[in-house]
Amino acid sequence: MALGMEIQNLRAWYGKVKALQDINLTVVPGAVTAIIGPSGCGKSTFIRCLNRLHEVVRGARASGQVWLGDLNIYGRGVDPVLVRRRIGMVFQKPNPFPAMSIFDNVAAGLHLDGVPRQEIYGRVEMALRLAGLWDEVRDRLQVSGANLSGGQQQRLCLARALALEPEVLLLDEPCSALDPASTMHIEAVLRDLKGRYTVVIVTHNMQQASRVADYTAFFLTGEVVEYGSTEDIFTRPRDERTENYITGRFG
Amino acid sequence: MTFEDRKGRGRYSSRSDRLFTGLTLVMVVAILFLAGLMVLQLLVASIPAMQALGWHFLVGMDWDPVHEHFGALPFIYGTLASSLLALILAAPLGIGVAIFLAELAPPWFRAPVSFMVELLAAIPSVVYGVWGLFVMAPWLRNMVQPWLSEHLGFLPFFQGPGFGVGILAAGLILAIMVVPTITAVSRDVLMAVPNHQREAMLALGATKWETTWKAVIPYGRSGIVGAIILALGRALGETMAATMVIGNSLDISISLFAPANTMASIIANSYAEATYGLHAAALIEIALILFVITLILNIVARLLVRRVAIGPVRMEA
Repeated sequence: MALGMEIQNLRAWYGKVKALQDINLTVVPGAVTAIIGPSGCGKSTFIRCLNRLHEVVRGARASGQVWLGDLNIYGRGVDPVLVRRRIGMVFQKPNPFPAMSIFDNVAAGLHLDGVPRQEIYGRVEMALRLAGLWDEVRDRLQVSGANLSGGQQQRLCLARALALEPEVLLLDEPCSALDPASTMHIEAVLRDLKGRYTVVIVTHNMQQASRVADYTAFFLTGEVVEYGSTEDIFTRPRDERTENYITGRFG
Repeated sequence: MTFEDRKGRGRYSSRSDRLFTGLTLVMVVAILFLAGLMVLQLLVASIPAMQALGWHFLVGMDWDPVHEHFGALPFIYGTLASSLLALILAAPLGIGVAIFLAELAPPWFRAPVSFMVELLAAIPSVVYGVWGLFVMAPWLRNMVQPWLSEHLGFLPFFQGPGFGVGILAAGLILAIMVVPTITAVSRDVLMAVPNHQREAMLALGATKWETTWKAVIPYGRSGIVGAIILALGRALGETMAATMVIGNSLDISISLFAPANTMASIIANSYAEATYGLHAAALIEIALILFVITLILNIVARLLVRRVAIGPVRMEA
C-alpha cells in the first residue's frame, strides 16, 4: 500500500517567477518525511507539486519527473485527477465542506472514486478511527462538519484524505492554525500512520519535525540544501546554512 | 511639529468632523423619514379600501370600478405567475453565466462579459416594453405559441388562442430583465467562496466540474438563493415593461397564453381614471401590498447573500 516517491529535476514557476530549482529527493515508503525551511523557501510549492495541485493556480506550472512507484505523475497523458485520488492532502487551514455532514465530508472522496454504497460506511468509520476522531463524532455523524472545533476539523480533513486509502499523504503545515493540544493529537495520529502510509509533512516548526519525522529535508530559496535522517539533520548538519537555521540564527 | 501644534489641529479637525457628522446625519434622518412617511401615507390612504372591502380585497376576483367592486386576486395572480415564470427561465441562465464567469472564464474575458450582462440592467424598462410589444410578441404569436400548443397543448398552460401578449410575454421580458441581477449577485457569491474549498475538493480527485458542483455551489447556496429572491423582488415590482406586454385582462387564466394584469400594471393603467375615493384607495392598497412584499423579499435576500460573505454560521450541536 505505501509507495515511495522519487522526485527528479523538479522545477516550478509562478508565471515568470521560479519557485523551485531542480529538486531531487527520494521519499521513503512508509516513513514520515518533513520539509522544513523559512517562509518563501518553496516548501509549500514543493508539496503541492507532489499531487499536481500546484498547476491549478493560474499561471503556475512545473516540469521534471515525480515517480509514484513506477508512474511518473508528470508523464504524458497522466490525468492529474486520478493522481490526486492516490495521493491525499491536508491543508494549512482546516477546510471541511460546511454544507456537508461529518459523514459526507469523509465520504466525499469515496463518492468521487465510485466506491460502492455498501462499502462507504465501513470506509468512513475506518478513516475516522485512524484520524482519532471516531469516538468524538460517532453519535453525531449527520451534524455539519463546520460545527467541530478547529482541531477536530483538521482531523476530519485528515480522515477525509485517509478514507481514499492514499498511497501517499501530504500535509501542508497542518498544525499551524491549531493549539498545542490539537497539534499533539495530530502528531500522535501521524506516528500511528508510520509503516502503513508514506507521509510528507511541511512544517515551519522544527520541534514538530524532530518529533514526527524519520527523514527531514531543509529547503532554502527553492532548493534542497540538505536531506537526511531527521537525527542527522538536527544533530550533525553537514551544511552551514542548515546549522544556522536549526539553531535559530535565521528563519 | 510640536505636541501643542498637533493638539491645536486636532481640536480644529474634531470641530469640523462634528459638523460633517451632523450634516450627514441630517441627510440620513431625512431619508429614513421619507421612507417612513411613504409607508404611513400608503397605509392611511388605503384605509378606506380596507374598511370597505376587508379581506374580500385579497381573494375577490371581480374588479369593477363602476359598481365599486374591488377584488385584487387577478392582479396578485398575474404578478406571481409572470414573476415565477420569469424566475424559472432566468435562474438557470443567470446562474449558468455566473458559474462561467466565476469559475471558468479567464480574467481578461470575465470583465467584458460581466459588463455586457450588467448593461442589460441599465436599459430603461420602457425600451424592453417597446421591444417586447413590437418584436417579441409577434414572434411569440407566429412562431412560439403555435409550436407550444401543437406539441405541449395537452398541458393547461399552453391552451387557448395565442395573442402574443400575455403572461408568457411578460414572463419572458421579466426574465431578460432579471438575468443581470441573478448573474451579478451569484457571480459575486461564487467568487467569495474561499479557494481552500476548491482545493479541498480537487485534492480528493475531483474534476473541475465536480469541484464547482460539490464544493463551490453548496458553499454559496444560500447566497445564490438570495440572488434569486432579489430577482423575484425586481420582477414583482417591474411595471412598465410588464404593463406593455401582459395584455391587460381582468380575468384569471391558468394558460400562459392568456392576457392578464400585474399589481403594478393595474395601477399604471388605471390611476388616471381613479376619480373617486374608493377606487383610488383600492389602487393604493395594491401599492401597499406590493411594497411590503418586495421589502420583505429584499431583506431576506440580502441576509442570505451576506451569509456567504461572512462564512457559514457555526452552531453548537
